[in-house]
Amino acid sequence: MWAFLHKFSSPKYFYFLSGRLIPWFAWSCLAVMLVGLYYGLFEAPPDYQQGESYRIMFVHVPAAWMSMFIYMVMAVAGGIGLIWHIKLAEIMAASSAPIGASFTFLALVTGALWGKPMWGTWWVWDARLTAELILLFLYLGVIALNSAIEDKRTAARASGVLALVGVVNIPIIHYSVEWWNTLHQGASVTKLDAPSIHISMLIPLLLMAVAFKLYYATVVLMRARCEVLDRERNSSWVQDLISAK
Amino acid sequence: MFESLQMGKYAFYIWTSYGLTLVVLVANIIIPLSQERTLLRTLGRKLRRKRRDNNESKA
Repeated sequence: MWAFLHKFSSPKYFYFLSGRLIPWFAWSCLAVMLVGLYYGLFEAPPDYQQGESYRIMFVHVPAAWMSMFIYMVMAVAGGIGLIWHIKLAEIMAASSAPIGASFTFLALVTGALWGKPMWGTWWVWDARLTAELILLFLYLGVIALNSAIEDKRTAARASGVLALVGVVNIPIIHYSVEWWNTLHQGASVTKLDAPSIHISMLIPLLLMAVAFKLYYATVVLMRARCEVLDRERNSSWVQDLISAK
Repeated sequence: MFESLQMGKYAFYIWTSYGLTLVVLVANIIIPLSQERTLLRTLGRKLRRKRRDNNESKA
């Protein structure tokens, strides 16, 4: 296990392994997403309260889940980079930030597009929405630190600390609908008792969530690969790779 | 089959959500691809220049 981890964290090995993994993630993502969209748009019935509008859920909820999941990945990778100075962990943290910011943006915008017809407003300064907006700013802070500091190792240290401090926001987002009175509806899937969502809507929702996870795996590896190539540009294996092209 | 995709009075909100999601997802694929292409081109140019300089200094 440790030998494998050690080998995997070598940039060269990572570069070639991820090159082989990316197509698998990409094609399985596309397949799961198409099935999820089919069930979400054709098979699932309209909601008895919200009519067709609830179908925004199939992109909104997985995007919001991803915004938090990617943040945790980024913070853990940033922490590993801080403690053990593993270059690949720093690269994964830096590569995750723009993808996480994209999903946070999507969660906010699709939320507004769902809120307008259902609540009558695009935006309210309520606990969950505000906490999600802060999450977007945290991502932007990490991205800004990474691009503002010339030395990549220093940049990784600074953005790693910011990412770890920002973790406090994640439980606030998750529990905001329980802690405060809010316009946002409560959880209907991640509850200890049975989910209060019908199976015909739960299946496309979970399929879309899996598809988004696979999508993240695909694009984070693509970004990380590019970053590895950039940082290792003077090593012999990159030189060999370039001259072979 | 596709009549069900009209979505009634919510069409604008639903399709804007799905459309935006598609745009953002596709953009996140295009960006690393184009970065990689630019990087490979830059590195390739640098390598060729280095080789040429080495050859000239030998000659």
